[in-house]
Amino acid sequence: MPVFFTPEEYAVVVAACERLIPADEQPGATDAGVADYIDILLGAFSFEPPRIWAVHPRGAEFHPLTTLDELAWRTRIEGSLGIEERERIGPVVGWQQRYRDGIAALGTDFVDVDETEQKRRLRADRAFLALLHQHACEGMYGAPAYGGNRGLIGWANCNFEGDVQPRGYTDAEVSQP
Amino acid sequence: MSADFDAIIVGSGPGGSTVADVLTAAGWSVVIFEKGRNHLIDLDDPTHLLTDYSNDELKFMTRHFLGPDPWLEPRAFRTSEDHGEREHVGEANNLPSTVGGGGVHADGKLPRFLAVDFAMRSTHGPIDGAAVEDWPLDYDEMEPYYAEAERVVGVAGDADANPFAEWRSGPYPMPPGAPMYGAVLSTEVAERQGLHPYPGPTGANSVPYDGRPACNNCGFCAYYGCPIHAKGDPVAPLQRALLTGRAELRPETFVSRVIVSNGRATGVEYVDRDGTVRTETAGRAVVLAGGAVETPRLLLLSGFEHPLIGRHLMCHFQTLVMGVMPFRTHPHRGRSVTHMHDDHLVDDDASRAAARDGGLPWIRGGMVEHCGPGAPVLEARIYPWGRRHKELMRESPLRDHMWGFTMQGEDVPQPTNRIDLDPVVRDVRGFPAVRMTYRPHRMEQVASAHYAPTLAAVLEEMGAKETMVSTSPMPGGAFGGYLSPIPNSKHVLGTVRMGTDPATSVLDRWGRFHDVANLLVADSSGFVTSTGYGPTLTIVALAIRNARALAASS
Repeated sequence: MPVFFTPEEYAVVVAACERLIPADEQPGATDAGVADYIDILLGAFSFEPPRIWAVHPRGAEFHPLTTLDELAWRTRIEGSLGIEERERIGPVVGWQQRYRDGIAALGTDFVDVDETEQKRRLRADRAFLALLHQHACEGMYGAPAYGGNRGLIGWANCNFEGDVQPRGYTDAEVSQP
Repeated sequence: MSADFDAIIVGSGPGGSTVADVLTAAGWSVVIFEKGRNHLIDLDDPTHLLTDYSNDELKFMTRHFLGPDPWLEPRAFRTSEDHGEREHVGEANNLPSTVGGGGVHADGKLPRFLAVDFAMRSTHGPIDGAAVEDWPLDYDEMEPYYAEAERVVGVAGDADANPFAEWRSGPYPMPPGAPMYGAVLSTEVAERQGLHPYPGPTGANSVPYDGRPACNNCGFCAYYGCPIHAKGDPVAPLQRALLTGRAELRPETFVSRVIVSNGRATGVEYVDRDGTVRTETAGRAVVLAGGAVETPRLLLLSGFEHPLIGRHLMCHFQTLVMGVMPFRTHPHRGRSVTHMHDDHLVDDDASRAAARDGGLPWIRGGMVEHCGPGAPVLEARIYPWGRRHKELMRESPLRDHMWGFTMQGEDVPQPTNRIDLDPVVRDVRGFPAVRMTYRPHRMEQVASAHYAPTLAAVLEEMGAKETMVSTSPMPGGAFGGYLSPIPNSKHVLGTVRMGTDPATSVLDRWGRFHDVANLLVADSSGFVTSTGYGPTLTIVALAIRNARALAASS
């Protein structure tokens, strides 16, 4: 079950991310759990500590946030919502609201329309597309601790070993083809 | 009235940590204020280093783990006073705000300057629109401190490999580490084309050093903290200072005012982590080491009135020349950069002709780092989405097939490039934000245009299918992107310059204020010129020299 999205919203995000990073001979955004990455980011404060900074790229532990960092991340995710301390440099529309609005504009039938129509709807809102694209790339190729890159699908696709500590690379692996 | 500490140090980066080491060794008690969080060292047991750094592109590249969060501590930026109050608010050339400061995120290239770098005015002469001056000290005076700084930080290098290097009193403490594959190829071609590449002096252990392990080549140096503490961040001097029992480190505290009374710095006002404003007193000295942006900000917040405070802000002008190779370069393996060349810091007939053609008395480039990009999220965001996306990520023209150069070009000190306080924008604690006013001089742009083809020619002979040239700052670029008018080089310099004349400088030749003799600046704010070299080793060497003089004189 998603922690932030409704099941209907979640289905739209899954379909939209698959359109951005579709499966080919190798698995795509759906299999990599990219929508879960976004869901956990938007619902980061449903966890304690909030899922902002993983202690280890492949682990389950997260660093606690300071009061100030919580203020920054709540503002970024939830928006300023008229709260004075969140509006110091102007009102902020949070990612949660931007996704709610963006998903609504894509339409609940987004999962059913054909690829051409999905692309047309995605391109209709450039600002939301840019946010979704950024988060899709993060969820596909970022550390798996954040809920995406499931089974290291993203790293496997791009010939990237990711986090190699504590082994590192041998001198030969560094200096030779 | 007895003070709580002999000295107060503001900032725990390479400068502040080194001063703490020197002063505690001289028997002083010190307190170090650091506005960022601590992820470096266990403050209850300083023999124990923390393990919070990791190979995690999201945590370090997009989620501000090393700070500052640009929403909590925004900066305003404009290219010129003619462009209004500000053109951008948010992130602007932020150095990490964390215990260890800029040392934590640096990839640890630690070159010394050349003798000529301390004497640009007398060797090269003035340039219109810039205040090119000699430093109030020279290389010969700095050499023993450079040697000591290399031992303190732990630098791996080859003393005989760079023909342009100045004299040295001894070898590097460690031999160079493994060369990156791309550098093996680019140095071979560069040599054939008459350049002089060499293993860059690197603050990453090639062998176990000072109780810390050898680097295991994980590839996450630049922008990351070292997960195994094999990098020459300020952990060694900080650890030594804390272990004397005479140093206290206070993370998450923001110093908002330096208190000066009767020509002496007597203490600071600071905001504690719970938001309470407190004061701390210093019996002997106050040391500022917040970097060349935050140090002038603190001086302006404190009401210092010298007209040159904040002026002559310099950032290296980066020329990025990259090639797409017909083979995999795996730039994510190894210590980010292993080789450099200095040829473009040395005048020749061609550079003199380019200067003449550009209507300039001289031009100068900078150290060139042989390097490639290693981060897949960054790469993924460049490619178009849709059916071709994963194919492009597999082919990886812009990461795993890329190799090239970053030239850290000399940036001349223009009085119009400056730090001041934004009249409107405030940080989360309510203090006026920094405003940077910055645009490159024509010298940097002419030098960049002159040297870029030389670098591209190396890549072409390596077999590049395509080469691309970009610069940072990118005049006319869009705000918000990587190549914007905001310089990306984290080498921020100048702003509280040293000199012998109080009318044309703020600090004396010992890094102390002409009119407040016990107030020391121990970061790159005091730099008179930018040189074309990474600043960290010189920051540490100057901190050793100036802190030792301070301890001897008071």
